[in-house]
Amino acid sequence: MSEELYKEMAQSIIDGDSDISTELAKKSIELKMHPLETITKGFVVGVNYIGDQFGLGEAFLPELVMAGEAMKAAIAVLEPELLKLGETRQMLGRVVLATVEGDIHEIGKTLVGTMLSASGFEVVDLGVDQPADNIIGKALEINADIIGMSALLTTTMVRQREVIEELDKEGLRPRIKVMVGGAPITRDWVTKIKADGYSEDAIGAVKIAKDLVGKGN
Amino acid sequence: MSSKTIKTISNPKLKLEVLTQEEVKKIHETTLQIIEKIGVRFPSKRALEIWEANGADVNYEKKIVRVKPHIIEDALKKAPPAYKLAARDPQQDLLLDGNHVNLGTDGCGVEVIDINTGEKRTSCLQDVRDIARIADATEEVAFHWVAVSAQDAPVEARGLHELKAVWENSTKHVQTESVYNVEEAKAAIEMAALIVGGKDKLRERPILSLMQCTAPPLGHDGGSLDAALLAAEFGIPTGFMTMAACATTGPTTMAGNLAVGNAEVIAGTALLQLAYPGAPVFYAAAQTASDLRTGAYTGGGPEDFLFGAATNILADFYNIPLSMGSFATGAKEPNWQAGLEGSLSTFMASIVMSDMLLGCGFLHGSRIWSFAEMMLDCEIFSIIHKMMQGIEVNDETLAIDSIAAVGPGGHYLGQKHTRKHMRELFMPQFMDRRPYSEWETKKDDARDWAVSKARKTLKEHQPDPLDENISKEMDRIIKSVEK
Repeated sequence: MSEELYKEMAQSIIDGDSDISTELAKKSIELKMHPLETITKGFVVGVNYIGDQFGLGEAFLPELVMAGEAMKAAIAVLEPELLKLGETRQMLGRVVLATVEGDIHEIGKTLVGTMLSASGFEVVDLGVDQPADNIIGKALEINADIIGMSALLTTTMVRQREVIEELDKEGLRPRIKVMVGGAPITRDWVTKIKADGYSEDAIGAVKIAKDLVGKGN
Repeated sequence: MSSKTIKTISNPKLKLEVLTQEEVKKIHETTLQIIEKIGVRFPSKRALEIWEANGADVNYEKKIVRVKPHIIEDALKKAPPAYKLAARDPQQDLLLDGNHVNLGTDGCGVEVIDINTGEKRTSCLQDVRDIARIADATEEVAFHWVAVSAQDAPVEARGLHELKAVWENSTKHVQTESVYNVEEAKAAIEMAALIVGGKDKLRERPILSLMQCTAPPLGHDGGSLDAALLAAEFGIPTGFMTMAACATTGPTTMAGNLAVGNAEVIAGTALLQLAYPGAPVFYAAAQTASDLRTGAYTGGGPEDFLFGAATNILADFYNIPLSMGSFATGAKEPNWQAGLEGSLSTFMASIVMSDMLLGCGFLHGSRIWSFAEMMLDCEIFSIIHKMMQGIEVNDETLAIDSIAAVGPGGHYLGQKHTRKHMRELFMPQFMDRRPYSEWETKKDDARDWAVSKARKTLKEHQPDPLDENISKEMDRIIKSVEK
């Protein structure tokens, strides 16, 4: 019975169907299935599959994003059940994401968030136009492992350096690692501002984040 | 990897009027004037006799024929406007009906960039086999020309060895441009008849077609004429190709060059109709400009692109299919020039719906075959195939529900509408859209990927074999020509 349901769960992720993944998550609770097993034996199988297909060039970005969103929807149903049992999911790390002050571009950062969540990171996305204090404040509040900052403009990317300088001043590095991204970001810039990692796309960002928390392959 | 599907351009949404009806009429009238007053050279006894029997003014000594306009015009009206090029596999038959653009391989080259060593060398029979095999697997290539000359095969039957090599390695239609004397043409028709089960079946299922070059300005080749007449007798589709080049073999001005080329092609085509009314014929052209510094054939450049678009308007005026030279380039390796010339020539020839495009795979003015170039040309064809579909506008494609669901801000990557339609977006095989850092570590590009794909295809693709008995019979026919 549960084997069949696990398969349906994986399929709902592969199909990127949040309605079905939510429904299946609720059904598992009614059937008193263990939420952690539901996640690992059901939904995660789908995420891994679509990730592998993407790596092979068979699946495309929208499928990856939809799988990520379907996963998120299922987790939202199961997480409170886990808490009731006094358990938590084993996460790869905590990440605070933001687009820096003065910049309102966020599709890249949002994608990074979706990919990181789907890969097992706990992500707090602060949104756009975030001053350094907000970003650092949130990182301290949730005991973040990584701060990820996005900027699209050469005039706003300088804010990435300000956040890093602030972190250094407070002695918060290397405890908190810093990832940066955005269209104008180059390796030279990353070296110059002494960030810990950068990627040109959301898929690469997951790999960097795993490396930064010591869980890369 | 193996696919029976052939990608052809059809139901285009893009249009281009490169010549007005008035201008076409003027070119036509000038052409008729050339044929009537100046004449066209037909160095074939048989051709001259046909002309004479049909009322033309024939000078046997100079082999020049002058023909009254109504004879030419009446003869051309007998040509079928649409027909089929049959393939060994009937699923791969091609329609020449004005609504399909079919890509072929180019021909006929003399050197090959070796697929394994990357070194340039003289072409041989094995290359003909390898190219045919890869073309068989590629959905963009709809039919074959003999891509390179089998220079290790005996001269007197070389064209036949090449044909056999293509048939043994592909189920797609073969158009040969390398059979240009009556002995070889006779044998080629016998070989084709073996596949379809008799010469009488060729008319219905022409699995072979013939392309003959004219000899500009205003001339034909004797062997080609006799071969073409023989082909027409058996219902083998036949076309005459002009390659009149501005400033050398044709007038410098493009209109004049079109008129000279047109005179060669329609006079030859009229001859076939006078001899065999209703025989399937096509117009063929690969006009170009000469390089003013060297006099060399350019194979590319803006004049080529315009000729590519103009010629189908002429072929349409005569209501016969067109085989148009495209993808020609003077580039020495697959580079900026090759990409530019391949793209623009093919776009211009496609937007006017040329029935056949010749063709993919060459460098250095159709002399050097490159497997990488072949693959890259196929991708260019795919891009143009996509462009020719234009933009579909309806409730579904206007996507209002999806627009409402996303609203201002956010993104469309998570929308079901995106998932439903994403595969309509073009996915390139050879364009570099990778992160810069990934390129930086590998420093590879389209050329590397294209040659890898060709190698993989050659290694893995198994074409449907030709019946062994047919192969043996073909050998016997070839032997009879060689002795």
